[in-house]
Amino acid sequence: MSQPIEFHPSFAERSKAAVNDAHLRRSFRGAMDFLQAKRRAQFPDAAELSDLRDLGAAIRRYALANLPDLLEQLEATLTANGVKVHWAETPAEANAIVLDIARRRNAASMVKGKSMVSEEVGLNHAMAAAGIEALETDMGEYIVQLANEAPSHIIMPAIHKTKEQIAELFAAKLPGVAYTDNVDALIRVGREVLRKKFAAADIGLSGVNFAVAETGTIYLVENEGNGRMCTTVPRVHVAITGIEKVVARLEHVVPLNSLLPRSATGQAVETYQNFISGPRKPHELDGPDEVHLILLDNGRTQAYADVQLRATLQCIRCGACMNHCPVYARIGGHAYGTTYPGPIGAIISPHLLGLESTYPLAFASTLCGACAEVCPVRIPIVDILIRLRNEAQARPGSTDATLRGSGAARTGLVSAIWRTWSMIYGRLGLYRLTSWFMSRGRALSPTEQGAWTQSRTPLVPAPKRLRDLLKERRR
Amino acid sequence: MSARDNILARLRAAPSGVPAPPPDVAAWHATTGGMDRETRIARFRANIEAAHAEVHDTDAASWPALLCDLAAAKGVRTLLVGKDAAEGDAMTAHADAKLQVLRYEKPASEWRNGFFDAIDAALTPARSALADTGSLILWPDARAPRLMSLVPPIHFVLLDAASIHADLYEAMTAERWADGMPTNALVISGPSKTADIQQTLAYGAHGPREVIVLLMHGTTT
Ligand code: SF4
Repeated sequence: MSQPIEFHPSFAERSKAAVNDAHLRRSFRGAMDFLQAKRRAQFPDAAELSDLRDLGAAIRRYALANLPDLLEQLEATLTANGVKVHWAETPAEANAIVLDIARRRNAASMVKGKSMVSEEVGLNHAMAAAGIEALETDMGEYIVQLANEAPSHIIMPAIHKTKEQIAELFAAKLPGVAYTDNVDALIRVGREVLRKKFAAADIGLSGVNFAVAETGTIYLVENEGNGRMCTTVPRVHVAITGIEKVVARLEHVVPLNSLLPRSATGQAVETYQNFISGPRKPHELDGPDEVHLILLDNGRTQAYADVQLRATLQCIRCGACMNHCPVYARIGGHAYGTTYPGPIGAIISPHLLGLESTYPLAFASTLCGACAEVCPVRIPIVDILIRLRNEAQARPGSTDATLRGSGAARTGLVSAIWRTWSMIYGRLGLYRLTSWFMSRGRALSPTEQGAWTQSRTPLVPAPKRLRDLLKERRR
Repeated sequence: MSARDNILARLRAAPSGVPAPPPDVAAWHATTGGMDRETRIARFRANIEAAHAEVHDTDAASWPALLCDLAAAKGVRTLLVGKDAAEGDAMTAHADAKLQVLRYEKPASEWRNGFFDAIDAALTPARSALADTGSLILWPDARAPRLMSLVPPIHFVLLDAASIHADLYEAMTAERWADGMPTNALVISGPSKTADIQQTLAYGAHGPREVIVLLMHGTTT
């Protein structure tokens, strides 16, 4: 299975490089402060927000509790509306489905609306390998693609770039475009270039914000209009989504979309809410004549199989958890090395990629809980991070090891230390003896204690044990 | 087994979690409070203006003349209207030599390039609107196709002030959307915009740079 992101160098090395990059630190700090303030301004009433989050969580939990039934219902309603539904277990299968549609229509080019799932499956690479141009059309995604980079934020993909960097990029990569760091002028350049591409493209690809089982509707929100272009202008529209994005009823999108834009970017509502319920009807004059929906698993069923980890799938991809994460604010999105960065990336990536390569993300957290506090659908992110840490240390084959790659963080040394620890703590005489020696021999404590002493003073046992202190007091 | 069967089998094999009762959206909505007609109109206007749209008061008889004036002021020379659309007939009757009124008659696939280049503005009706977010509801059909509200740089929208709902939930339930959705229902809250370059807001990203609402009063009681 091909994955777009390589785990070299390691997460630790990437994050070290990121914290030492003053330019990057400034970009992210500024953007995070801006987004946090804007979100706060959208939710002045704490009680109202709390009720809305309860409802948002209830809607997502209800959808997950009935997921297989709702997926079958969604397939039936969409099919009745004339939409072709496909199922993919792996990224490779999803890409093969898109390629198959493209080949049947002799497609040479594809315009893409913002879709993190398409990043997840590495769709652009798969299309390029087959000779099909896949062009990003969201301004942020377009910039990132032009720079040959990956998005560093799920809502604001080019958040790591300054306008001067974008100005240089446009001047260097786009023929006939002179350097300007005027934002309006830069957006006009993007608009003109991409207009021609929309008109010429054979396929439009989009993500999905919610798929409504009741009515067979693909619900998509955006500000720019490129999502509408991709789903209206080309003759074929292909939407791709994870299987968890289904909701039972049309009215369920109302509270969810009251939460989504306010949590994400601090705007009251997006410019476009797009409800797509089928291809062009015979008498209609525009719109695609084929609409497809690809439902992707890629490890989501592993999260679903566990009652605690299932909550991960409640996510509506607003990005608020990363906007409020002290770790994300300092290392940025690229250091994570995964399609989804930040707290949501740490809890979803192990299911998509396995714990082997992703367990360090669960440890890259202070467990401060800011993420769970802002999550609009009340995902217990901290509890899930702790659970993933335990999974990463679990003995393979034991009942604690339930995920792909469980036990990946386990080393002989660490297991030996814990074995010794539990032996000592399980035997009173041995415990007393050891603690006596530790307190008396404290002068022998090493001053170099690995990663601990890189930024902290060494750990030294107390001169007197608790039981010694208590004994003195009793005297 | 197919991918479909495998995925569904894995989901069905999973243990059932804590019970999840059906969410009660109606009860939540009831706590948000209603709005009278005047409040709805005022809120709609304030919110969509805050999103950079223009709102002009008019009535059923005088809006074509208003539109001609606005078009002249904005340098609009070509205006696209739907075929067989009543508002299109009204404009054709009113337009003068300075404003060319074109009909959306052919399927878009046949005139895509002209469509992308030649038209300054389009006029469509709105089905209704939302006060709390300042949004227009469009229900595109053969008389007002989807691209009209997307491709031309200026979008004129004819809205009956009596059709403004308090919010999306009210619109959806009062208009019984779940009983039959069109190919593409749209909720539009202002002109196209982006903040993808250094969080700086810019209008006219891919869709219209300007959304101009002709708000008709006094049509129904
Ligand atoms: S985990 Fe919660 S806060 Fe983070 S992206 Fe998902 S819904 Fe938003």
